[in-house]
This record gives sequence, structure tokens and C-alpha cells, in this order.
Amino acid sequence: MGSLFDFMLPELKSPLTGASTDAVMAFIHIVSFIILAGVTIALIYFAIKYKRKSEDDETPLITHNNKLEITWSVIPLLLVFIVFGWGYKGWLNLKTPPDNAYEIHVSAYKWGWTFSYENGAQVGNEVHVPAGRPVKLVMQSEDVLHSFFVPAFRIKQDVLPNRYTTVWFQVEEPGESQVFCTEYCGTSHSDMLATVVAHTPDDFESWLSEQGSGSGGTPVERGENLISIQGCVTCHSVDGSEKIGPTFQGLFGREETMTDGTTLTVDENYIRESILDPGAKIVEGYQNQMVSYEGRLSDEDISDIIEYIKTLED
Amino acid sequence: MSTAEVTPESTGTKKTLKVKRYKPSEDPKNTYLTDEKGLWAWMTTVDHKKIGLMYLGSVTFFFLLGGILALLLRTELLTPAKTFIEADTYNQFFTLHGAIMVFFVLIPSIPAALGNFVLPMQLGAKDVAFPRLNLASFYIYVIGAIFTFIALANNGLDTGWTFYTPYSTESSSSVIWVTLGVFILGFSSILTGTNFIATIHKLRAPGITWGKLPLNLWALYATSIIQVLATPVLAITVLLLTMERALGIGIFDPALGGDPVLFQHFFWFYSHPAVYIMIVPAFGIISEVITTFSKKHIFGYWAIALSSLAIAFIGFLVWGHHMFTSGQSAVATTVFSFLTFLVGIPTGIKILNWVATLYKGSIQMKSPMIYVFSFLFIFSIGGFTGIMLGALSADIHLHDTYYVVAHFHYVMMGGTLISFLAGLHYWWPKMTGKMYNEFQAKIGAALIFIGFNTTFLPQFIMGSQGMPRRYYNYIDQFTIFHQTSTIGSYILGVGFLLIAYYLAKSLMSGEKAGSNPWGSRGLEWQATSPPDFHNFDHTPVIINGPYDYHRPMEEFQLGLANEDKDH
Amino acid sequence: MANHSTSHPTHVHHHFVDSDQQFDTAKLGMWVFLVNEILFFGGLFCAYIVYRAWYPELFQMAALELNTFWGAVNTVVLIGSSLTVAMAIRSAQKDQMKGLKINLLITIGLAVVFMVIKGFEYAHKFELGIFPGEYYTYEGLDHPQAAIFFSIYYMLTGVHALHVLIGIGLIYWIYRRAKKGEFSSEYYTPVEITGLYWHLVDLIWIFLFPLLYLIE
Repeated sequence: MGSLFDFMLPELKSPLTGASTDAVMAFIHIVSFIILAGVTIALIYFAIKYKRKSEDDETPLITHNNKLEITWSVIPLLLVFIVFGWGYKGWLNLKTPPDNAYEIHVSAYKWGWTFSYENGAQVGNEVHVPAGRPVKLVMQSEDVLHSFFVPAFRIKQDVLPNRYTTVWFQVEEPGESQVFCTEYCGTSHSDMLATVVAHTPDDFESWLSEQGSGSGGTPVERGENLISIQGCVTCHSVDGSEKIGPTFQGLFGREETMTDGTTLTVDENYIRESILDPGAKIVEGYQNQMVSYEGRLSDEDISDIIEYIKTLED
Repeated sequence: MSTAEVTPESTGTKKTLKVKRYKPSEDPKNTYLTDEKGLWAWMTTVDHKKIGLMYLGSVTFFFLLGGILALLLRTELLTPAKTFIEADTYNQFFTLHGAIMVFFVLIPSIPAALGNFVLPMQLGAKDVAFPRLNLASFYIYVIGAIFTFIALANNGLDTGWTFYTPYSTESSSSVIWVTLGVFILGFSSILTGTNFIATIHKLRAPGITWGKLPLNLWALYATSIIQVLATPVLAITVLLLTMERALGIGIFDPALGGDPVLFQHFFWFYSHPAVYIMIVPAFGIISEVITTFSKKHIFGYWAIALSSLAIAFIGFLVWGHHMFTSGQSAVATTVFSFLTFLVGIPTGIKILNWVATLYKGSIQMKSPMIYVFSFLFIFSIGGFTGIMLGALSADIHLHDTYYVVAHFHYVMMGGTLISFLAGLHYWWPKMTGKMYNEFQAKIGAALIFIGFNTTFLPQFIMGSQGMPRRYYNYIDQFTIFHQTSTIGSYILGVGFLLIAYYLAKSLMSGEKAGSNPWGSRGLEWQATSPPDFHNFDHTPVIINGPYDYHRPMEEFQLGLANEDKDH
Repeated sequence: MANHSTSHPTHVHHHFVDSDQQFDTAKLGMWVFLVNEILFFGGLFCAYIVYRAWYPELFQMAALELNTFWGAVNTVVLIGSSLTVAMAIRSAQKDQMKGLKINLLITIGLAVVFMVIKGFEYAHKFELGIFPGEYYTYEGLDHPQAAIFFSIYYMLTGVHALHVLIGIGLIYWIYRRAKKGEFSSEYYTPVEITGLYWHLVDLIWIFLFPLLYLIE
């Protein structure tokens, strides 16, 4: 059903949440298309058939027709009741996560996503999930409103700062799906993307155990992980490409001109100051867009990040 | 000479008036355009026709501004990454495009500009009930506009036209200037609505019963009710938002124990009825134009008249359908979805009534009629996609994507703006006394139709595939849709330039229009073109209905003149 | 304007047929405007209802900070002013121009008394540090959202006080016109519609007083 309109929708990867949506959309498309075609044909037919022949044309007095008007009020009414019921049923399903769902916590901020697992692992802008099992996301925002949208799953839910909201899905096959933020949240709203990565259950378990608590590895590895989790990479590239903020590539030791005209060489203290008090010294050509990470990053975290930035040479 | 029994609204008692056939002069000497000269006379005029033209001028100016912003936005979207402007500039542009088009163009376009001009004339009245208040409304609109320009000059605005909290309480742009501007602008809208309600109730010429009220006035009446009932809630909402930013009162700020979803309820309680403030007057124009150019009585007068009122009332109960993904309660979501479908029915009934009006008519495809045909096609698509968005599970997928952007433009631009163009082309000869070049007008209408669909049809597809709205960058798979859409917007731009060209030319050197170039039965066409200061040289008496096309013009004009000149 | 009838009385505007039509139209216009006013305050009352439902204990605690005595006095003052404005209209209808002017003056006097008392109430709160929103520094109320109650209090009473001030201006304008002898039993439309406005201002206070001061 509805194959005529399949080109409108992305491939469905979570049939348990999306199949009902696709079906009701196909139904509305088909019915709408038939009625629209009828109206359009009637318009064109009348315009040709009853074209004005002379200024003295006489027209009959037809004021109304109760039977006709009741018919074309009641039939659409019945049709929309069907649509209401169908849409409502699909929505109830979206609202009700299965009991055995695997739970992941989501924190949204300007402009990125952090996904936290039960074992303490944290990943930025990438949520790894087991395929073939329902997954429930419990979401909260650290600042303004955001919205979690995965077109391939037909799910969307606003993320609020003052309460938890949830959303669930079940990916059937391993693979990647695109996540968008759909509630406007400022400068880099359109870069607030993430990916759902579905693994086979075994792969997922091994992936999860590798993550540990996020504190393992060398300082450079921890720093690399941190700039991903904390969303630094949304605004600062590591490969020299242009983003909202200066690139991290070759940053350490670079001579930068500030907005007030002074110049300085980027060292540990400048990076530290920029993380804790971003507005203090802004590189020329950029604006003060960043929020302070005071309280979100420990001194050790900052040192790890600096170590990682040092490795990014031109 | 004959007599007629009518009940003048002023006395409420039946009396018999002597009447005779009335024919307006085809060569008026003293018109509203010539009786007062000079800028000052225009700026202080209380004549509803001049005030209507002043609104028309301002609306055109703001449309140009909003339109240029739209073209810049579409140009930026030609490529997935940066094309020529920065992300912050882009965010400001789409915010201003939305705010300007909604608050400064669509809301005043039909009621305040065209409505002001034709409403008293269709009632056979000399002016609106409160002419000075009418002028005051215009200046309040201007002051609201000045506030918005102050914001533009001073950091701009980047919150989106919806001002969602808490982003709007944190944003570094000048939110306060714009919210104050919108607050002030709201009063312009409220006072216009109040004025129109009083006028329609109390200033009808003898013989105009509610059943002989032109459908355009039923539509304006329904609109005025919404303006009076909904706009004050917007006023208090933006006032609270202003206080939130100025004093941190915390009602909408989660950090202080407030609730951002409450803001959305407040905002949409106004802003959903506001879309009916924009679209319902369009229905009025369609009824007038379609009967004139098919020379036929309207089919289902009461169905169309009362469905406007039904839309106005049910329209107040559906605001929550903007918030299906916001985290509002499940009961609210269910009820709002259900009522949303109910509001779709009266709209569908109207479309079918208009199509039925064409049956056995005498159809002439002049440019206003081409716009009506465009409207019927485009607005139907807008309606069907509205049903799609009312279906809960489908809305979850489509909310805040380009599908919603396309739907909104199909109803607001394809509905309101195209019927505004229909009305403008229809009443232009009456307003100016001049004709425009009909061939160029047809080309213009075709360009608008083609450009419009090229711009917005691809947006349905990419929205459905997941392209979110308000995105500066986008992923590569959407490129082809964005580029097609941008090309369509350029076609639209050319179309509007052409319209501006031939209308300006018509003003300078247009052929003289007769009093009734379309052969309409509307009362406004029984005045001279352009009308004189008092519209009619004496109060008309109405015996025939506004859609009595089955009567020859001679018979119809009988009774328009009042022999008792004792008013 | 060739047909402008000479039988028009001067107070009837050119686009009305007669005095009655003008009076009815003005009155209808004012009623429509009052409906709009009710919805304007309705928005604030909604905010009140929502927060009272969420934090009922806060509203009970905070109401004790308001001075019920002076609130009650102000209620009596406003009801009295509604009475005098009604008497002013009555005087106009009976062609008693002196009574009209005196009643208008008493109304203005009562409105000023209301504002003065309101001013003292505000001053007392400011002394305690009860400012709206983020400037709130009072520590006598042990509730994290205490500032929100007073934000709503200041918004409701502040917007209402603004209406009182506008009312004082309008009634003074009517008084000036009455002094110039513009009104008579034939023409008193501005007196009547200003009176309607003033009754609404009074009515809103009658709702505000129990909702804010008398929460048990």
C-alpha cells in the first residue's frame, strides 16, 4: 500500500515505531490525491464547458442543495475520524516503551548530545545500540529546548531543561541512522547532529565493555574522548576546517591576534582560560559564542584536553 | 419608480421607502483621490479608503522587505554548507522573514488594507464606525514597525518568530524591542477588529439583512471576532516575555521554577487563531471573485457564511496541535488532535461550495479568476497536508521539518497571499479608477503559480525525508530539493516584479475603468470608480442580494437609490 | 459632500444617520473592547491558576505577606468610585450638569486614593526586599519559588494600576468636556462609555482582591 508515495519517506529502520506512521501517511496521501484530482478535474472541466460566450449569458439560480452538502460534509468527517483513530493508535505505541527496553540517558546542550550508559560510559554525538532490542532514551537538556529526531525511526521528542522526556525505538539491522536536532537552539542548531549506530548484540556488548568509565587510557586518549563528549568538536574542528570557533589543529603555539588588537601565543594558560572564561580573550574574526565549562570539566580533564590539542599539529 | 419595505438598522422599525433605479456616474468629477490634496491631508485623513491605501502601501513595503529576506535565505541554501552568509546572519534572516511576513504583512494585508477599503462600501455606509480610531490603528501599526526597526538596527533578532523560551530569554539579540513592537502592533489589530464589528452591526444600509451580507463581510466579521478575542492573549504573552527579560520574573524560565511549555501554550493560544486571522478574510475574497467571474449566485451561502464563524470558534480550541512533541500531557494531545480534524471540515466544505458555484456558470478567466483557481488548487493541498499534520503519529515524524514549512506556505502564501492578489486585481479598478494590462497580469499570475509550486512542492518531499526546518547547513542528500526550491523562489521574485511593474504603469497611464468593469453585483461596484468621499451620493436601499446574478443588471439596480433624502 | 444634510446635530459625526445610531455604535464598540480587556487579564489569570495549581502551599504562605486590611479598604474605595461614576451618568441623563461634574471629581478623588494606598503597599514590600523577579531578596518566605508569586502579584496589580491611571486620565478628560458644557441629556455618549470602562477596572479588582489577598 502506498508504494506510489514511497519516494517521500526515508528507509524505515525501526518498523515497531514507524510502520503505523507509514501506513497512515500512505492512506492520507492516497485519499488526498483522489480528492485533489477530482477537484482539479472539476475546475478545469467547468472552466472549459461553461466558458463565457457573451456578456449577456444568463445563469440559473442555484442557491444550495442540502443532500449534496450533507454528503460532502459527512464523508470527509468519517474519513478524518479514521485518520484520527489511526494516528492516535500509532502515537500511543510511540508513547509506550516496552518494559524490557535498554535504557540510555541523553543530555542535550548547545550544540551537541552526550549519551550515558549504565556502566558509566559516555559518548558524544554517537549513540551505540543493540539491534533487535527496544531502546529507550531518557533525555534532558542542559540549557534551552532541543528536539531528538531520527527520520528513519519516525520518532521525535522535544528535550526540555526542567523535566525528563523519553523516546523509544528498535533497530532491526546493524547500521547507522542520522539524528537531527529539530528545535531551534541558536547559532549551530544545524550542526547539532548525531548518529545512531546499531550493532549485533554481541558486538554491542564488546563495544560497551571497551568504553569503560571514560577514565581509562593515556591523557591524550582521554582528551580526545572528552572533546567529543563535551561537544567541543561541534564548533572547533581538529582538521583545520572552518567552524564557529578557531580550529584545534596547530592551535598550540600559534600566534593569534585578539579582537582588541593584541597578539599572544597560545599556551596552556590561554587554553585553560578560554575553557573557563571563554569571553576573556577572543581571537579576531570570531564571536563570543561559547559557554563556560567551569564545573563541567575538572582540572585534570582540562590538562588532558590540552595534551590532546598539543598532538594536533599542522 | 417603485416602493420597497425595508428595516433601516438605525431605527429598527419597518418603513416603506420609495425607490428608483440607480446608476453611478461613469465619469466622476469629485473622487476621494481628488477631494483633499497634499501629504498632510493624507496623513490626517479619517477616510477609510485612504487609510486602506496607506495600509496597502505599508504592507507592500514590508512584503518587499520580507521577500528580499526570503530570496537571500533561499540563495544561502543553494549549497549544503556556507554559500555567502554566516550562520548567525541566516538565523536572523529567517526570524525576521517570519516575523515581518506574519505580523506586518499577512495579518493586516486583507482586513486592514483591502477590508478597510471595501467594508463600508459593501455596507452602503459612508465610513467605518470609528474613523478616528481607524486612523489611530494605522499609526499604532507604524509605531510597532518603528520598534521592530530599532531592533534591526540594534543587534537584530535570532529567536525565530515563535520566541520560544528559554532561548528567547537568553539570546543576546534585541528581543525586548521586537516583543514591545508586537505588543503595540497587537493593539492596532484589536482596534481594527473592534471597529469592524461595530460597523457591521450598526452601519448597514437599509435592506442589508444578515442574509444579504456579502460573504466577504461574514469573513471579515469572523476575523474581527478572532482579532478581539485572541490578540489580547498575545499581548499579555509578549508582555510577560518582556518582563522575563527585563526583570527575570521567572514564569517561563525553568531555572527559576517556571515552565517553557507554558510559554508555548500562551503563544499558540494566540498564534493558532492568528492563522485564521490571516486565512478567513481570504475566503471572503474568493466568494466575491468567483461569483463575479462565473456570473452566478454563490452555492451554499449559509454554509460558507457560518463555516467562517465555525472556523473562528473551533480555531480557538486547537492551539495544542503545535505542541505534540513538546511534552504536553497525553490527554491534551488527544483532544487537540481530535479538534484539529473538526476544524478541517468547514474548510473543506467551503472549497466544494466554490467549485459547485462554477457549475452552469458563465466563466470568464480574467486575472483575478486565475488567482482564484490557483488558490483552490494550492489551498486544497495546504488543507490535505494539514490533515496529515493533525494525525498524531504522522505529526511526530513531520513536526519541525520542511513539511511543516511547506504546509504553512501552502496555506499562508498560497491561501492568503494569492487571494490577496486576487482581491487586489479585482478591486484595483475601483480603488484607482484605472485598468491594468490584462495580458501582463495573466503572465504574472502564471509565474506566481509555477514559481510557488516549484518552491514549495520539493519542500514536502525533503521534509518528509527528514530535513529539519531552520537549518543553515544540511546534509548532502537534500541538495537537489533545496536547489529546485531556490529556483522556484527566483521565479516567484520575477512574478512579483512583473506585478509591481504593470500596476505602477496602470497608476500612471492605465485605461480608465468604468464603475463596474466586471459586471459584479457587489454594492461597492455601484459607486463611481474611484468613489467619492462619501462612497455613495446618498444612502442606498438594498432589495436584491449581493449574488443575484440571475437578475439582469437593470432589475438589480432598481432600489439602490433612496428617494427619501431625509437622512 | 454635496448631500451632507444640514439637519445633523453638531455632535453627530457625518457618517451616522442619527444620534441614536451613533450612541448604540459607540456603546457596542466599548463592549467589544471590554471583552478584549477581559481576555487580556485572562492571560494573567491563567498564569495565576497554573502556578497556584503547581505550588498551592506557596500561594497560601505568600498571601499572608499581603496586607488584607488595606486591600479591603481599596476594594471599598473602588466600589464607591463605581457608584459615583454611575451617578455621573445618571446626572447627565437628567441634565444635571453640576451633579455630573461633582460626581466625576469624586470618582477621580477615589481613584487617586486607591493609587496612593497601592503605592504605600508597594513601598512597604520594596523595603522588605520583595522586588519582582531576579531582584527579589526577601528571606521571610521559605520557598524556592517565592519570587514567582510576587512576580504574578506585581504583574496583575501593576497592569491593573495602569488601567486605573488610564481611567483617571479619561475621567479627567470627560470632566474638562463637561465643564465646557459639551454634554446634555441629548448627548452623553463619552460619559457612558468611560463609565463602562471604569466598571470593568473595578470588576477586575474585585477578582484580584480575593485571589491574591484572601487565600486560605
